[in-house]
Amino acid sequence: MSMTERDPELSAEKGRAAALARSEFSINTPTGDGDEARDAVAASGVSDRRRFVMRGLNSSPAYMFAVLAALFIVFSVLSPSTFPTQANVKNLVVDTSIFLVMSVGMTYVMVAAGFDLSIGSVLVFAGICAVKTMTWIGGQGYWTALAGLVVAIVAGVAWGVFNGLCVTRLRVPALITTLGTLGAALGIANLMTNGNDIAVAQHSLINIQIDEVAGLPWIVWLALVVVLVGGAVLRYTRFGRHTYVIGSNDEAARRAGINVNAHLVKLYAISGGLAGLAGMMSLVRFSTTTIGGHSQDALTVITGVILGGTSLYGGYGVILGTVIGIFIPTVLQNGLVVEGVQPFWQNVAIGFILIAAVYLDQLKRRARDRA
Amino acid sequence: MSDYLLEARGIVKNYGHVEVLRGADFTVRAGQVTALIGDNGAGKSTLVKILSGVMPPQGGQILLNGQPIQFDSPTHARDCGIETVYQDLALAPDLGPAENAFIGRELLKPGWLGRLGVLDKKRMRREAFATFTSLGTDVKDMDASVAALSGGQRQSVAICRSVMWAKGLVFMDEPTAALGVRQTRRVLDLITRVAASGVAVVLISHNMPEVLEVSQSIQVLRLGKRVAEFGSGASVDDLVGAMTGSLEVTA
Repeated sequence: MSMTERDPELSAEKGRAAALARSEFSINTPTGDGDEARDAVAASGVSDRRRFVMRGLNSSPAYMFAVLAALFIVFSVLSPSTFPTQANVKNLVVDTSIFLVMSVGMTYVMVAAGFDLSIGSVLVFAGICAVKTMTWIGGQGYWTALAGLVVAIVAGVAWGVFNGLCVTRLRVPALITTLGTLGAALGIANLMTNGNDIAVAQHSLINIQIDEVAGLPWIVWLALVVVLVGGAVLRYTRFGRHTYVIGSNDEAARRAGINVNAHLVKLYAISGGLAGLAGMMSLVRFSTTTIGGHSQDALTVITGVILGGTSLYGGYGVILGTVIGIFIPTVLQNGLVVEGVQPFWQNVAIGFILIAAVYLDQLKRRARDRA
Repeated sequence: MSDYLLEARGIVKNYGHVEVLRGADFTVRAGQVTALIGDNGAGKSTLVKILSGVMPPQGGQILLNGQPIQFDSPTHARDCGIETVYQDLALAPDLGPAENAFIGRELLKPGWLGRLGVLDKKRMRREAFATFTSLGTDVKDMDASVAALSGGQRQSVAICRSVMWAKGLVFMDEPTAALGVRQTRRVLDLITRVAASGVAVVLISHNMPEVLEVSQSIQVLRLGKRVAEFGSGASVDDLVGAMTGSLEVTA
């Protein structure tokens, strides 16, 4: 069975390949007819799997997973009674879930060779908007909480769209745009509250905080859903593919008819929206707005994304890597605390690991471009 | 029905006070390699930009299959079956050959998955592979990123991509400029095969022996006008003479 028979719609569209294969010029081509072509494809499919595995093992996420596993084993051996316990692991996962949600958005933006420093401030801003909305609506029920959630996400998306428009329409570099909104969003958040944190006394939020499903709180499951959906969309959909193309060569994307500016605005909107969602998760987790606690969020998240193998120059990155990358600093910090070592060492270690990760990325790119 | 797949008549284009094209003619037949040559500043790039929809002409007429047509955009020209292989190739270096072949034209899975925007990666791979092999391009590793390929292979990927989609005509801007001898050989063979498949190829090149080897028609642009048209029997001296104006030939 030839390609043509298998897919009539396709052959109508581009029968040239098949026609060519039958033409006299096929003599100098390696595949004379459809059957051979298919065999060749099948053959390449077999070696594919091995190649796929090799490539997977030889990738940054795989290295970083080894690092993560090594950290886990070392701390488990050092303090077998305190580190690898169910309570501690749960603690680890809960600590990470808010960062995980933001890191998914950051991966999208960075795969497209963008940058978003504003997420920590957007988180705070969105949280405050949510609290104000819930207070204004009143009541202790889940509908009030849902309204807060919607407002938080909308507030985040609004900042994201603003970032995206500045980057694409005004051509202000992403680093500067999001540095600007990092300051502005936090400033407005402080203006809205006179600089004081607002405690959240919503019964529904407290229930969500306490309730557990299969031993883990709701926010962990929410983070898992975001990671799975985010990972699948980036890997399997046209939207994700366009994100890679733009990050790899935006001019090629433009010439292929992809609306690069609109796509970038969407990516910043996703990053902002997920920061808004993280704002709501933070309210659930801490029962207060934590205005002063998120100035480092963007750096933590960017570090995780880069450790996970996403290229600083765009065009490459997977959500699975990001998840691994985000866990490394958390495990390190948690482990050091358990060991009774000053946790500030975590900052020192992660700082140097980050530099090393980007250095390795550079080396890889240089080796590749020389080939 | 005219003889020509694409015909440009009296194309005029000025940049400010500079007259780049002063009534340039250009004709392309299906299934042939047509070379467009000329000295720097003769107006080759401008003519190609106009014929591939990047910019509109200020005067003159473009006929596609004998019908007058005005291209609003490169996308419009592409919809009319006209593809361009740019000098910079416009490939995404981090993606593979198949992925590059389908940039902006990704195939989606049938059914509800497709409606969700899920890519049909297998089919795209299969089709890209079929096109590459049918054009005699041996891309060894369909998974490797394009950045890991050699210059010639990258050029081949870019050409195969445009041929895959070109229903009528492919413009190739200096496709061998950055290549070594063997890779140039391969690309020239590829160009010949593309034309043999029925697609018209417009080759813009500075390399006269190369032009003479693969082209059935060679059209010379000088000072914004077509000054000569040769068949494949011309000599390098003829071409250079027409380009520089030392030889007077009437088109």
